[in-house]
This record gives sequence, structure tokens and C-alpha cells, in this order.
Amino acid sequence: MFETILFVALITTSVSMLICLIRAIIGPTTSDRIVALDTFGITLIGFIGVIMILQETLAYTEVILVISILAFIGTVAMSKFIERGVIIDRH
Amino acid sequence: MHPNDVILQTVTKVLAFIIVIFSFYVFLAGHHNPGGGFIGALTTACAFLLVSVSFDIETVKKMIPVDFKTIMAVGLLIAVISGVLPFFFGENFLWQTFDYFDLPLLGNTELATALVFDIGVYLVVIAVVLAVIFTIGEEQ
Repeated sequence: MFETILFVALITTSVSMLICLIRAIIGPTTSDRIVALDTFGITLIGFIGVIMILQETLAYTEVILVISILAFIGTVAMSKFIERGVIIDRH
Repeated sequence: MHPNDVILQTVTKVLAFIIVIFSFYVFLAGHHNPGGGFIGALTTACAFLLVSVSFDIETVKKMIPVDFKTIMAVGLLIAVISGVLPFFFGENFLWQTFDYFDLPLLGNTELATALVFDIGVYLVVIAVVLAVIFTIGEEQ
């Protein structure tokens, strides 16, 4: 029963990631694509969490944290690029 | 134009410390758990990258007052020394050992000499990543 629920959660997250991917492909503006990829990363975190429950392991906790850090930094960098044109200021 | 980055800079001031602490945890956990010198150094470089994105390059250069090439050289030197050191005990190159020590606060802890090699890898990777990013960032 519990495994069935977990598989349903996996399928639901996969559909959600697919929808995010469609938005990232057809998105009219760059901001749409950035937000879609950010949401894709966050959904991937939930996906890995469900897989971690399914395999009864704690080995992927660092993966989850690293993905969240990378998603945040990537989103900040791309947002700064579309706003100012440069990612790293020099002064 | 005067940019207003208050939210980003405030978040960075909190988040950079959390990322550095997490990277240090990943670095130390590498002996028994997933992690190690490489991913720890990449995560630390992520923290400095976040600071350089939300502030500027000068802030990071002030945080790391040493030239990146020096850090690379020191890291390689530490790795080579940890490989050469077993010669003085009549063992082979890169021979590693471990022992258990009673440390204050931590109790009975396993200390391995592989950590010294990992420190070298850590320093080299962090310096290479930051040098590449800042060289590209200053080119424009």
C-alpha cells in the first residue's frame, strides 16, 4: 500500500517536471524559462526525496542540498544576467 | 542607475555561511558517507560565487586575500607531501593509515591520514574553480 502511494507520488512529480519542461521549451520570454527551470529543480528535489524513502537510504541527502544550492545560484545568476547584462560586477 | 539589491544581499549574508558550513560537513563526511574533497570544494566555491554575484569581485578578493595560483600550489604541495611522508616510516608512496583518538568534545574519533590528501584536493579544486570564473568575469 505504502509503496503504491510512493509510486503515485513519483508519477505525479514526473508529470509536473514534464509540464515544467514544456514551459521551458515553449516559454515566450526568458523569464518564463528561468522560472520553469527553477521549478524543475525544486520538483527534482521532491522526486529524489521520494526515491530516498523508496530505497530506504539516507545516501542522497547531500544530493538534495547540493541541488537546492545549485538551483538557487543558477536562478540568481540568470536573473542578474537578464536584468543588467553582466553576472559578476567589477567596480 | 543605482541598483537596489537589498533582498539579494541580505539573503546572501545568511546563506553564504550556511553553504560554507554544509560544504565543510560534506568535506569531513567523505570518509564514511557520500562526499569528499571534490564536492566539498565545489560547494565552497558556490558560496564565494554567490557572494560575487550579489556583491562584486572585489568583496571576494578581500575575503580571500591570497592569489589563487598560490592556493593551487599549496594544495598540490600538501597532496604530494602526504604521499611522500610514508617514505620516512619505511612504507610505499601514498600509503595511508588511521587510528582512534580520544578528542575533547568529540569522544573516540577515527582520524585518517587520507584527510591530509583530501585537504590538498580541496584547496586545488576551490582555487581552480574560482580562478576560472573570475578570469572569465574580468575578460568582458
